Amino acid sequence: MSYLEYTVKTVPAGWRKMLFINWPLVVLLTALAGVGFLMLYSVAGGSMAPWAEPQLKRYALGLALMFVVAMVPIWFWRNMSVMAYLIALALLVAVEFFGTVGMGAQRWIDLGFMRLQPSELMKIAMVMMLAAYYDWLPMRKTSHPFWVILPVFIILLPTGLVLTQPDLGTAILLVAGGGLMMFLAGVHWAYFVTLIAGGVAGIYTVFLSRGTDWQLLKDYQFRRIDTFLDPSTDPLGAGYHITQAKIAMGSGGWTGRGFMQGTQSRLNFLPEKHTDFIFNTLAEEFGFIGGFSLLALYVLVLVFCITSALQNRDRYSALLILGIGATFFLFFAVNMSMVMGLAPVVGVPLPLVSYGGSAMLVLMIAFGLVQSAHIHRAR
Amino acid sequence: MRRAPKDSAESMRRISRRGVLLGGAQLAFAGALALRMRHLQVDQADEFRLLAEENRINIRLIPPSRGQIFDRNGVILAGNEPSYRITIVREDAGDVDDTIARLSALVQLDEDELGRAVAEMQRSAPFLPVTVAERVSWEDISRVAVNAPALPGVTPEVGLSRVYPRKGDFAHVVGYVGPVSERDLARYEQPDPVLRIPRFQIGKVGIEARHEEQLRGRAGAKRVEVNAVGRVMRELDRREGTPGADLQLTVDAGLQSYIQARLGTESASVVVMDVNNGDLLGIASSPSYDPNKFVRGISVADYSTLRENDHRPLASKTVQDAYPPGSTFKMVTALAALDAGVVAPDETVWCPGHLKVGGRRFHCWKRAGHGHMNLEQSLRESCDVYYYDLALKVGIERIAETAKRLGLGHAFSIGMSAVTDGLIPDKEWKLRERGKSWVIGDTVNSSIGQGFVLCSPLQQAVMTARLATGRSVAPRLVRHIGDTEQAISEAADMNFNENHLRQIRRAMFAVSNNRRGTAYRSRIIEDAYRMAGKTGTSQVRNITAAERARGVTRNEDLPWKRRDHALFVNYAPYDNPKIAVSVVVEHGGGGSKAAAPIGRDVTLQALFGGPPPLDAYPSGDRAHIAAQQERLQKLIEESSPEASSRA
Repeated sequence: MSYLEYTVKTVPAGWRKMLFINWPLVVLLTALAGVGFLMLYSVAGGSMAPWAEPQLKRYALGLALMFVVAMVPIWFWRNMSVMAYLIALALLVAVEFFGTVGMGAQRWIDLGFMRLQPSELMKIAMVMMLAAYYDWLPMRKTSHPFWVILPVFIILLPTGLVLTQPDLGTAILLVAGGGLMMFLAGVHWAYFVTLIAGGVAGIYTVFLSRGTDWQLLKDYQFRRIDTFLDPSTDPLGAGYHITQAKIAMGSGGWTGRGFMQGTQSRLNFLPEKHTDFIFNTLAEEFGFIGGFSLLALYVLVLVFCITSALQNRDRYSALLILGIGATFFLFFAVNMSMVMGLAPVVGVPLPLVSYGGSAMLVLMIAFGLVQSAHIHRAR
Repeated sequence: MRRAPKDSAESMRRISRRGVLLGGAQLAFAGALALRMRHLQVDQADEFRLLAEENRINIRLIPPSRGQIFDRNGVILAGNEPSYRITIVREDAGDVDDTIARLSALVQLDEDELGRAVAEMQRSAPFLPVTVAERVSWEDISRVAVNAPALPGVTPEVGLSRVYPRKGDFAHVVGYVGPVSERDLARYEQPDPVLRIPRFQIGKVGIEARHEEQLRGRAGAKRVEVNAVGRVMRELDRREGTPGADLQLTVDAGLQSYIQARLGTESASVVVMDVNNGDLLGIASSPSYDPNKFVRGISVADYSTLRENDHRPLASKTVQDAYPPGSTFKMVTALAALDAGVVAPDETVWCPGHLKVGGRRFHCWKRAGHGHMNLEQSLRESCDVYYYDLALKVGIERIAETAKRLGLGHAFSIGMSAVTDGLIPDKEWKLRERGKSWVIGDTVNSSIGQGFVLCSPLQQAVMTARLATGRSVAPRLVRHIGDTEQAISEAADMNFNENHLRQIRRAMFAVSNNRRGTAYRSRIIEDAYRMAGKTGTSQVRNITAAERARGVTRNEDLPWKRRDHALFVNYAPYDNPKIAVSVVVEHGGGGSKAAAPIGRDVTLQALFGGPPPLDAYPSGDRAHIAAQQERLQKLIEESSPEASSRA
């Protein structure tokens, strides 16, 4: 059923829409952001400055944006999808030329009141684009090779731009997010199986080539992989961060060391404690119980997204909600894997909790889209 | 584009299917994350907690304060005084160059030390203090403190440094401390970690070295919390160390200063011992040196001056040097002969000026000969031939045995460095060490303390004390360690025939009281303090035939290095012995002239506990003794201003 077939009367209008907002989701998001404020307050040594206060303001702004986006009917956003993608792509190109270099990478455009990271914007724009694409594409063509190549380009174009910044973390999220969208849309299994098998074979070949004449990676690149696999081999070099992160986490135990009592973060042994590694501070200060609770909040957000998608009979809406849910999942799954030593450190923030403006605003807008799809669904 | 409802419914079913599938996979992944979290935080929690504690907690040692050393009356011989240094913390100083410029306007800064400090500041973390000046005076420190607002990051700090207020008087006894060297560390299997503290000092020689363990104490420790770059955030707890134990010596600082002053620039040594309990009241070696220079780090020039001086100021002559005892050994030969029964006290021996033994002539010091000599006369006038004769009758073995019973030939462990054994030769020794068999001439030489015989001044004092008491008195230098009194070694009766001892004591009395005695000129006329002694003159050379022909045998005509050693031993008072004194003046000439006057002055000083009344001296000496007393008093006051005031 497409939006044109709606019995528009069943869709709420005006301020009545507020009643149909998915309020539990709003509460969940606020709870997550609240955890973020608490931890940012803690890592600053019990102070609102320099992180907790700006984060609070951004959340307020994000919440407002979410409501604004939610009020606008989802069919408007569907029509805007291609435009959103093109604008994000244009900004990604622009950041190549006008971007500000930070941490050795060009990532943001200074808008004066905030720093905009186009790569963050792209994460959502791409989901919108792909949802619109598969909404438009007749179902039987989904697995046709030509119609598979097209979305692959839609994914790889921004990914390539992000990689040149270079921002490996975002690139991985874009590829994985796009891949999941294609999977959700119903692209045939065989493509994914082939891709995964090819990837495994490729990695195996790279490792096989080590120490031979046709070695595919440089020695230092292999050493980085070694360090990732066993951080203790290089405790003061590249392995230092992940080792300290695991110490912070592990020393929390069941119940943690207490609010603002985490020595690893308070004494700066923990790197990037307000952004990528904020989860370790939480785990150190509130222990397994705290860490598990945060994970449960994230899972609940996912559950609400999936439930909402399953209730929705509109293809675009369902794909969009599932896609945003998948992107959200990738965010926290990659971040948590990374800080728990399950994945290489690639620089992915913890959604809604880590300090950072663009990610927060973009996610809130994304959940605005979810709300819009939820409110304007056919009943 | 219109879509067939069927197509739409079919695609929605597929999306739902895949959505649920993906949701399941996401849930599974979240479960895996939770398991991983559990593994890190529950299974491995203890391990990581330990690592976190290791990260943040640093243990810093607190050096213990070193035990002090006192004399028998509580006068301080080695103490700790606050020493001030100036440190700069780079991050607080702002413009470091500017701050240093302002600092050097207030305080004289050493160029080298400053250069080193600036280099260190560039290298080390900005929050670590770097020392720019050490051993700063109180005045300079005050100036820095007053100007603190203009000197950001500059902190005056106080530590303890070793000081020897009596300067050279106790250099050989107490020794000195210095920085820990690699060799010091290598000596221990598991060095005390406190030794690794920069600028920590340990005893290098003397009591400071021998009683290092007791004086050092035990280091305390504090646990501090540090952050990732090593900055100390706060102190968690602290365990105070145990300060080192104080030591009290048996030495009397006043007497020691007097002896040092009396010896002046001579290369000489004096030992004063309490004959009843073995306490060493004075144990001085001259010339001396200022141990404080070693604490501060002696300059190469100063050190080589000390090393190259032919009077050997660094040597602790009282215990580490052994000399041929010369005639002071005659009591040993006499006692051995009396005990063996080979001679009676009034039996006489004819001294023609020499004795022919095994085809070789052994001369008496008096070429013309002494005529008939009995025991008292021979000791009084130091006739050599009498003792040659006795030695031939009694043999070296009994002489050596008697010498050893009197305390010669083995080292007394008194807590000073490099205490010598001396040497009492016998037949077995010569065969073992020299590979030659004993000849009769060796016995003859040994009888008058020449040849192989070697004794330290300390051993001679012990010998004298044992002759005076008949008991095996042993020396003691350390009286108290902390609150524990050190045992006085039990002075058992040595089972010499009391009558024989009395004969020898009477003869020694004659040496310094009979008109014909060799030390008569150094007599004490106050009856209650009369002393019994024996002079000695030990050759350090052989008089060549050519010299004898030229008649150059007068010591004064020889180069200093070849002159005889002058020796004197005595105890006093004669009827109620209290102290034994031994004096050695290296290359001083005759014992009666060079050593006996020192022996007498020291004896009187010790018995009176200060300058003795002039009545104790023969009337002819009083004028120059009075002048000498005044000169020495002035010297003592100059050398150590605090010497006259007791702590």
